[in-house]
Amino acid sequence: MSFLEYNVKSTPTGWRKILHLNWALALLLVSVASVGFLMLYSVAGGSFSPWAETQMQRFALGFFAMLIVAMVPIWFWRNMSVLAYVVSLLLLLYVEFFGATGGGAQRWIDLGFMRLQPSEMAKITVVMMLAAYYDWLDLGKVSHPLFVAIPLLIIGVPVGLTFIQPDLGTSLLILMGGGAVLFMAGVHWLYFASVIALGVGAVTAVFSSRGTDWALLADYQYARIDTFLDPSSDPLGAGYHITQSQIALGSGGWTGRGFMQGTQIRGDFLPESHTDFIFPTLAEEFGFVGAASLLLLYVLILIFCIATALMARDRFASLLVMGIAVTFFLYFAVNMAMVMGLAPVVGVPLPLVSYGGSAMLVLMVAFGLVQSAHIHRAR
Amino acid sequence: MKKTQKEIEDSARTIGRRSLIVGGVFVGTGAVLAGRMRYLQVERADDFRLLAEENRINLRLLPPERGLIFDRSGVLLAGNEQNYRITLVREDAGDVDAVLDEVARLVNMDLRALERAREEIRRRPGFVPVTIADRLSWEEMSSVAVNAPALPGVNPEVGLSRAYPLGADFAHVVGYVGPVSDWYLEQTGDTDPVLQIPDFQVGRYNVEDKVEDVLRGRAGTSRVEVNASGRVMREVDRDPATPGGDVQLTVDAGLQNYVEARMSGESAGAVVMDCVSGEVLAIASAPTFDPNLFVRGISTTQWAGLNEDPYRPLANKATQGLYPPGSTYKMVVALAALEGGFITANETIPCAGSIEVGNRRFHCWRRGGHGRMNLLESLSQSCDVYYYELAQRVGIENISAMARRLGCGMRHDLPLSGIAEGLAPTMDWKRRRFNEDWVVGDTLNASIGQGFVLSSPLHLAVMTARIASGRALEPSLIRSIDGVRQGGEEAPGLGIDPAHLALVHRGMWQVSNDPRGTAYRSRIMGDAYAIAGKTGTSQVRNITAAERAAGVIRNEDLPWERRDHALFVGFAPFDNPRYAVSVLVEHGGGGSTAAAPIGRDILLRAQVGDVPPPELYPVGQRREIEAMHDSLPIFETPPVPSGRELTRA
Repeated sequence: MSFLEYNVKSTPTGWRKILHLNWALALLLVSVASVGFLMLYSVAGGSFSPWAETQMQRFALGFFAMLIVAMVPIWFWRNMSVLAYVVSLLLLLYVEFFGATGGGAQRWIDLGFMRLQPSEMAKITVVMMLAAYYDWLDLGKVSHPLFVAIPLLIIGVPVGLTFIQPDLGTSLLILMGGGAVLFMAGVHWLYFASVIALGVGAVTAVFSSRGTDWALLADYQYARIDTFLDPSSDPLGAGYHITQSQIALGSGGWTGRGFMQGTQIRGDFLPESHTDFIFPTLAEEFGFVGAASLLLLYVLILIFCIATALMARDRFASLLVMGIAVTFFLYFAVNMAMVMGLAPVVGVPLPLVSYGGSAMLVLMVAFGLVQSAHIHRAR
Repeated sequence: MKKTQKEIEDSARTIGRRSLIVGGVFVGTGAVLAGRMRYLQVERADDFRLLAEENRINLRLLPPERGLIFDRSGVLLAGNEQNYRITLVREDAGDVDAVLDEVARLVNMDLRALERAREEIRRRPGFVPVTIADRLSWEEMSSVAVNAPALPGVNPEVGLSRAYPLGADFAHVVGYVGPVSDWYLEQTGDTDPVLQIPDFQVGRYNVEDKVEDVLRGRAGTSRVEVNASGRVMREVDRDPATPGGDVQLTVDAGLQNYVEARMSGESAGAVVMDCVSGEVLAIASAPTFDPNLFVRGISTTQWAGLNEDPYRPLANKATQGLYPPGSTYKMVVALAALEGGFITANETIPCAGSIEVGNRRFHCWRRGGHGRMNLLESLSQSCDVYYYELAQRVGIENISAMARRLGCGMRHDLPLSGIAEGLAPTMDWKRRRFNEDWVVGDTLNASIGQGFVLSSPLHLAVMTARIASGRALEPSLIRSIDGVRQGGEEAPGLGIDPAHLALVHRGMWQVSNDPRGTAYRSRIMGDAYAIAGKTGTSQVRNITAAERAAGVIRNEDLPWERRDHALFVGFAPFDNPRYAVSVLVEHGGGGSTAAAPIGRDILLRAQVGDVPPPELYPVGQRREIEAMHDSLPIFETPPVPSGRELTRA
């Protein structure tokens, strides 16, 4: 189905589109963001500055951007995909040479009111590009090795550029997000099976090579893996983050210590508690009930996305929405797994909750695309 | 490019199928995450709650208040005084140097103290209060308080530190406290957490040291909430410190003060004992020192001054010093002879000034000799030849056995530092010590308290108290701990025939009351206070035959450190002995001239309970005595017993 076949009569136009927005999804986004405001207020010791206020402004901006993107028909965005992808690649290249670095070595462009991280942008533009690619590709050629190689290249370039920043977490997220789009587009499962087999083989090789002459990793890299596997082995060094994070989580109990009562936060035991480690803050102050509620909100957002994807009956829209859903899922799942000690510490923020401009704006624009697919779906 | 309906359907079916698989992955992952949350937050919540507590709760130790030390009537000997000090918190101060300069302008701080404060501030974290000056006067404290706005980060604080209100009088009894040094920790193996408190002080000398476990108390704890960098957020709860127990000594502050004052100017030691209970009423050593110096931190010049003084103010001559007891030992020999049946009261022994035993000539102190002497005369006139003869009959083993029965040559366990164990020599001892056989000359020397015999004034006081009471009194110094009476059980009898004791008492009475007695000059006018005593003079040099032929050099003509030690022991009142005293004056010359007057004065002071009135002294001595009493550094008024509530902050 292409835009030429659009049933103009049943598709809302002009301001009436606002009424056809998926308001339930919008409400969910506002709820999740509000959890973020609350926690940023708490982490700052009961103050809107320095984080909560800025975050609210950004969310407002993001929400506005979402509305704008939603108003624009989805086929327009399909046509923009290549442009968006190329721009994000250029920006990645630009920051590679001219960008500022700081903190976790991520590179950004200072826009004055916020710091734009092209790597965050790339997460969505790669998905867009792939969705557009499969929209163009004949269904029968999807599993043809040549036509599998092309999307691998599309994914590979931004992943490589992000990896050398170095930002392992984001590059993995882009890789997995892109891979998910390939999977949904119907690429033969044997490709995925062989990749998984290769991965397992690589991990086995890395571990079995440890301590031998042909060790594949440096000692400090093994040490990091050790710390991940057993944080208590180095509680004041590399394992400090994860140990303190689990203490914060665990000490929350069923209902938590109460808003603004988290001792791990008040005592500064938990580092990065306004960015990557904001989830333990929530879990400490609101307990299992609060943490599980946030997880539920996230899952509801995913369900709305899947519903939109299934209803779209447009190859580009479906793949794009599912790709965005997977990217969003990867954000919170990796972040939660990381703070709960199920995954190594990689710099992945909790989507819409962690303090940060780029991720927030990019995600809101992405949900704008989801809304656009929802509004402009075939009826 | 236009797509057929079939293509659209195929595509939708593929995407739908695969999306459901992805959705399944979502749900599965969500379930794993929720399960992990449940595990951490519900099943292991208690573990992590505990870990969080450990994170944020720090134990701070609260110093206990040190127990007080009183004399037998409740006069405070060691208390805790408020110590005004100022602390500085670096991060509140801003410009530390400027603030320190300002503080140094307001309070008296020398350059070294200032430098030490700077060093300490640099070393500690910025939020920790560092003491920059302490023991400030109230005026200095006020000026700091008034200028507080110009002194950011500076806080006036009040702590407690040890103080000895009677100063030097009790240095040799109460001792002093000092800081906890590495050496102390190593030496004592003490692991009490209270020792970790900065500026904490422990007993280092005498009672303060020996009764440390009672006085110290137990540290309290304050549980405070801290953040990751250790800053205190708030106090969670507090377990107050348990103050140390109060110790009441048997000493009498007034008497102790008098004894120290009476001996001032001499290098001397004296012990006063209660002949009924064995309680020590005074242990004095002159010269003395101010124990407060050690609490505040003694300067090197002050330390050198004390350490290099030939009169050795830091040593307690009454308990740590060992001296030949001289003629005060003659009661031991007399009692050993009487108990062994080697002599009777009436038997006389001729004294011709000297006797020859073996190849050596042994001299009496009186060159011409005493003529025939019986036991009483031998004591009152202190005839040496009589005891040379007696000793040969009795033998050293019997003499030393009697000495030990009377408390000499053994260790008396008082809570004081460096108590000396005396020596009552035996043949076996000499063989072990010098690998030489005992010779009869050794016995003769021992019979007049010379040679190997060594005693401290404490030994002699115990000996005198035992002779006076006929009971095996043990000296005691602690009267009560936290109000609980210590000791107090009656001492068993010595098992010496009372008739023999009465004979020796009579002889000692004659020493102080018979016109021919060696201490007759130091007699008392007033039978109710009558004293019995014995003088002693012990040589610290050998008198050669040549010198003896030319005439023994008089003490006054010798350099101080070669003069004889002067000793006196005595008890009073004679009819019903209550007080026993021993006095030693190092290199004082003769016992009758240097030690007996001091012993007499002390016994009078003990009996009267105040500075004795002149009527109790012989007429000719009254003016001199009065003038002396006026010049002594004696309490203006007897110190008022001060209750605990007066000194507890």
